[in-house]
Amino acid sequence: MMANNNWEVVIGLETHTQLKTNTKIFSGASIQYGAEPNTQADEVSTALPGVLPVLNGQAVECAIKFGLAINAEIPERSVFSRKNYFYPDLPKGYQISQFELPIVAKGAVIIQVPANGKNAAYEKVINITRAHLEEDAGKSNHGVVEGMSGIDLNRAGTPLLEIVTEPDMRSAAEAVAYAKKLHELVQWIGICDGNMQEGSFRCDVNVSVRPKGTEKLGTRREIKNLNSFKFMQEAIEYETQWQIETLEDGGKIQQATVLFNPDTGETKAMRSKEEANDYRYFPDPDLLPLEVTAADKARVQATMPELPEAMKARFESEYGLSNYDAASLTTSRDVADYFVETVKHGAQAKPAANWILGALTAKLNTELNTEHKSIASNPISARLLAALLKRVQDNNISNNAAKQVFEAMWVGEIAGDVDAIIEAKGLKQESDSGAIEGIIDEVLAANPAMVEEFKAGREKAFNALIGQAMKASKGKANPAQVNEILKKKLAA
Amino acid sequence: MINNSLKTLSQMLAKKEISSVEMTQTFLNRINQYNPSINAYIALDNAKTLAQAKVADARIAAGNAAPLTGIPFAQKDIFCAKGWQTTCGSKMLANFIAPYDAHVVAQFDAAGAVNLGKTNMDEFAMGSSNETSYFGGVKNPWDFDRVPGGSSGGSAAAVAARLCAAATGTDTGGSIRQPASLCGFTGLKPTYGLVSRYGMIAFASSLDQAGPMAKSAEDCALMLNVMAGFDVRDSTSLNHPKEDYTRGLSQMTGDKPLNGLKIGLPKEFFGDGLDANVAKVVQDAIAEYKKLGAELIEISLPSSHLSIPVYYVLAPAEASSNLSRYDGVRYGHRAAEYSDLNDMYMKSRAEGFGAEVKRRILIGTYVLSAGYYDAYYLKAQQIRRLIADDFVQAFKQCDIIMGPTAPSTAFKAGEKADDPVAMYLQDVYTIATNLAGLPGMSIPAGFSNGLPVGLQLMGNYFDEARMLEVAHAYQQVTDWHLAMPKGIE
Repeated sequence: MMANNNWEVVIGLETHTQLKTNTKIFSGASIQYGAEPNTQADEVSTALPGVLPVLNGQAVECAIKFGLAINAEIPERSVFSRKNYFYPDLPKGYQISQFELPIVAKGAVIIQVPANGKNAAYEKVINITRAHLEEDAGKSNHGVVEGMSGIDLNRAGTPLLEIVTEPDMRSAAEAVAYAKKLHELVQWIGICDGNMQEGSFRCDVNVSVRPKGTEKLGTRREIKNLNSFKFMQEAIEYETQWQIETLEDGGKIQQATVLFNPDTGETKAMRSKEEANDYRYFPDPDLLPLEVTAADKARVQATMPELPEAMKARFESEYGLSNYDAASLTTSRDVADYFVETVKHGAQAKPAANWILGALTAKLNTELNTEHKSIASNPISARLLAALLKRVQDNNISNNAAKQVFEAMWVGEIAGDVDAIIEAKGLKQESDSGAIEGIIDEVLAANPAMVEEFKAGREKAFNALIGQAMKASKGKANPAQVNEILKKKLAA
Repeated sequence: MINNSLKTLSQMLAKKEISSVEMTQTFLNRINQYNPSINAYIALDNAKTLAQAKVADARIAAGNAAPLTGIPFAQKDIFCAKGWQTTCGSKMLANFIAPYDAHVVAQFDAAGAVNLGKTNMDEFAMGSSNETSYFGGVKNPWDFDRVPGGSSGGSAAAVAARLCAAATGTDTGGSIRQPASLCGFTGLKPTYGLVSRYGMIAFASSLDQAGPMAKSAEDCALMLNVMAGFDVRDSTSLNHPKEDYTRGLSQMTGDKPLNGLKIGLPKEFFGDGLDANVAKVVQDAIAEYKKLGAELIEISLPSSHLSIPVYYVLAPAEASSNLSRYDGVRYGHRAAEYSDLNDMYMKSRAEGFGAEVKRRILIGTYVLSAGYYDAYYLKAQQIRRLIADDFVQAFKQCDIIMGPTAPSTAFKAGEKADDPVAMYLQDVYTIATNLAGLPGMSIPAGFSNGLPVGLQLMGNYFDEARMLEVAHAYQQVTDWHLAMPKGIE
């Protein structure tokens, strides 16, 4: 442990994002998740003799979107190549991928690494080497029938965009921050559903260590198929420590592919790279080189949503939000959309931000949210929240009362709209000055001692009288009006 | 009837002189009689065939017949045909029943043509003698001791022996033209991308092209009308406007129908390696063209001598990858016993593939391997461009290029079977057009010692119509294409 200060970890990521298309990358078969085995395996997916691939334009559009989102070079010409190897769930005996000329070249992603202990939060640029289109393989299901392996080709041909970074990350925290940022970005631009459980977003992490202050990269090991950020953090931390200890014990790191076991928290070599295949890449003669023209890019650009960075800046300038609130609201497209909707329905921006980042986020993040309600689908729609906040704005209810309405709406305790709930719970604020005057008169009559104290110059007595008045109104009196009328009466 | 042109057969059907069922039955009878010795067909299914003929008769009766409706054709067994055993000449696919139709098959179906059966071929189209077929060799109808050429040997023998009205073939390095030359009929390999490869079992994807094999240029034109056309399912299919390939044929009349035509004669095609008798027949044919008004120009294709080495890098490279899908997992041959996954792969492929296929998979795997890719595959691609450039230069000087199709007439079965390089040289004059993607044709030009000799025509991209006219003009003044082997009348 103590030796860590002498070592630097170097991390690069390769992420397979499953693209949100209707059909497979080279055929018209559906890519719906969870179908019965081989019901989505058409003649192309099963690689029957004589079939040919036809590129899905939607997948190309997704890749261009990503390239635009990370401000990357998008070359005019990219080429599909065959990666040749034998495996039962690889029906053609080769995977169609892109090798020398990918659709997306160099770009960059800016990550926010959160504060940790005495280390402050910071921003960092992670360079993207490339992103290329390829097809997914099928799945081998072992042991469904005893002693046999089943092959399910539903997934074969699912479009993937493999996004490769430079070895720019220097800690597990940076790697996780990058992965989270990328995860959010691909959902933000609508090219991936981000579902990690279903394998829509899978990370391979290359880890190596080197003595601090040196340039030469150490030998790397690749942690395959991490499907949660928590596992990624644990796996990198374990792997880093293991490599440091191995080197300090005089050992050598062998280049290898490793798997992370979440039960033991350990990484373990799966196969060493020396035994690796020679993939014999060559351009796929069944597919023409892919041309992406300036016009294609412009057409896709026109469909691009506002990106998080731009939206954050706009939230600050347009709504006067703090940098922190604006950043928090734009970590996810769903949250940002919810905020914009809430404001569109008439809520003021600042209280809307407070409620979304406060009460609503707390509700969504609590373990009590067993139904995994999301911001996009929960009982309190942006329209409802706006209606509630408007009632606070127009003094119909107090902030405290609003919290009670919010609770009621969350659990669906009372059916109906905001006003119906306010009515049913009797939370409507009393703003009739005649009625408030009556209440105050009663309070003053009942508390002569307090009135005396106030007149003797003790300010505290004023607050006590307000409290009495509010109590007498069962919390429904408009506090500002109570304050004003009480002042007037005491001055008389 | 069996010697009739497609046009005549179509007229007979239209005039109800014969029904499609009767016509089909005539060919089935001939197949029944001669196929056991010739071995042109691998798969026959008379019930299916006759059912198609009945449908065709109904269509003719209803008055909406297309030019090929009711005419019986043979399909090379490289094309998937729904419900038909589709083997590609290999043990690997001996048990494979195609669940879908290749584009070419679907086009013939749509035209109302009748499918007589699937024809024998070199295994996965790798060969020039049909001797690599798992289903045995095919006899050359002109001399049963000799090979019909390959890889479309079954279709070639079927056309020559009149066991079909015409047939389909595919040509990766000469597999339509060389058998056309050796069996004495007309065969056309179109511009790469003119006929969709969908459903045509791949050998070397960047070279494979389907085309017609028939008695005459006119027959080929009628078939190409059905076969050619853009298909979205093949990304290399070219979006070329539909043409009527017969449109200019009727103008090939009079004394000098080819006035103004410039014929290029590549000097490299008339040198060493060309049989002297074959050369004589080809020269005579070219002289005939001069009589028809054409101008003869000597040209050069300086890189053409590199065609064979380049082809035997690129074609095996693509094949090694294309044939990876035959792994015994989903369909095709799987070894009866194996100890683990690798053993299953090894045994299934060792048993399922023949020697020539294995040789090419090995060559292809080698040239794509890390450390060899640049020296072989990449270099070959560069030379391929030089070869294509030769033709670009040549077509600035001439309209059509002519020369021999094959260096010799049909050779004896077994003669070259143990000498792959001698076998590969059979395609020395045909491969360059595949590498360049150009159309090529072979037409009967005469005989040498009783064996047919083909004249090769090479055209510019999409010049099929012109090539067919030029071939038709020759066939108007000669009758080599009407000659029929003896003993099978």
